[in-house]
Amino acid sequence: MIVAEPKPVKEILDMVRDLRKILIVGCKGCVTVCNVGGTKEVAILASTLRIAAKKNGKEIEVGEHTLERQCDPEYIDEIRDFVADYDAVISIACGVGPQFLSERYPEIRVFPGVNTKFMGGAIEHGIWSERCAGCGTCVVHYFGGLCPIARCSKSLLNGPCGGSNNGKCEISKEVDCIWDIIVRKMMEQGRLDELLEFKPPKSWMTARDGGPRMMTREELVK
Amino acid sequence: MNDFKPQIIAFCCSNCASAAAGVADGMKKAMPGNVKIIQVPCTGRIEVLHLLKPFEEGADGVYVAGCQQDSCQYVTGITKAAKRVAHVKKILEELEIEPDRIELFNLSAGKGQEFVEVAHTMTGRINELGPVMS
Repeated sequence: MIVAEPKPVKEILDMVRDLRKILIVGCKGCVTVCNVGGTKEVAILASTLRIAAKKNGKEIEVGEHTLERQCDPEYIDEIRDFVADYDAVISIACGVGPQFLSERYPEIRVFPGVNTKFMGGAIEHGIWSERCAGCGTCVVHYFGGLCPIARCSKSLLNGPCGGSNNGKCEISKEVDCIWDIIVRKMMEQGRLDELLEFKPPKSWMTARDGGPRMMTREELVK
Repeated sequence: MNDFKPQIIAFCCSNCASAAAGVADGMKKAMPGNVKIIQVPCTGRIEVLHLLKPFEEGADGVYVAGCQQDSCQYVTGITKAAKRVAHVKKILEELEIEPDRIELFNLSAGKGQEFVEVAHTMTGRINELGPVMS
């Protein structure tokens, strides 16, 4: 999933301090799963803004709506009949959401209510860890099913480096050295020699280095 | 003359705090009239939104009265409640509202006297802080 965290309340209050009618829009996708942008979090942010207004003696109206997804136009359309009633929208979807809303409703001011962090998963309830860097050409099968691009601090494809110490990365004792894990796993599977096989340099054209990315699948295009 | 009458919402665990309320009643201990009690099956069920809503609706203080940390009926209910109270304290701080307006108290079924004292403690505290609205 795409993992995000709430923006500090003060930052959000600064964004909307002069606005009176605000619509908070959540998303039932990834940000609901990581407890940052679903229906519940929409209600919490709305309540927080109302309390702030009450404390400062201001009148505000805060609307609440959660879309099935903010990364598909048909769901974005769902708010078309009432979005213009508001001075601004706060999207608490990942970074895709505020942009899709801004593109669909160019006359409306849209603010992000969360900071999008990474693509990852929940290693336990309340703790998420990065797993994918979206490089565009997956090579985890070369590395025991583990991604050194996302999980090595240097994204090394020929690790471990000299900073690996007792299974931890030199940047922090909290960070596992993924190359330590890869090597151990390959040894356990009796495949260590595969790491010595020559591989041509990875093309980064499919990653962000190739500029903003698009993808078209002709069999799906109407 | 200060005519401020604080409105306080108390979320009380039905296993310990509410039983303590019964004991207090038997002891003829009077609760302050400004404390409204909401009984919950377990304090672990209280969400952040439940704790914020009273402030939104005009309450001046909120507290959670639940089990002792080591004797929660549902094992981790009071631990979850403590984390959520701590989270709401942070939100209040960010809103420049005194975090002391929300608190968690650990009670047990026999502590009728303490149940009433907690209500008076919060009433006294909120009286000193005054209303939320500036």
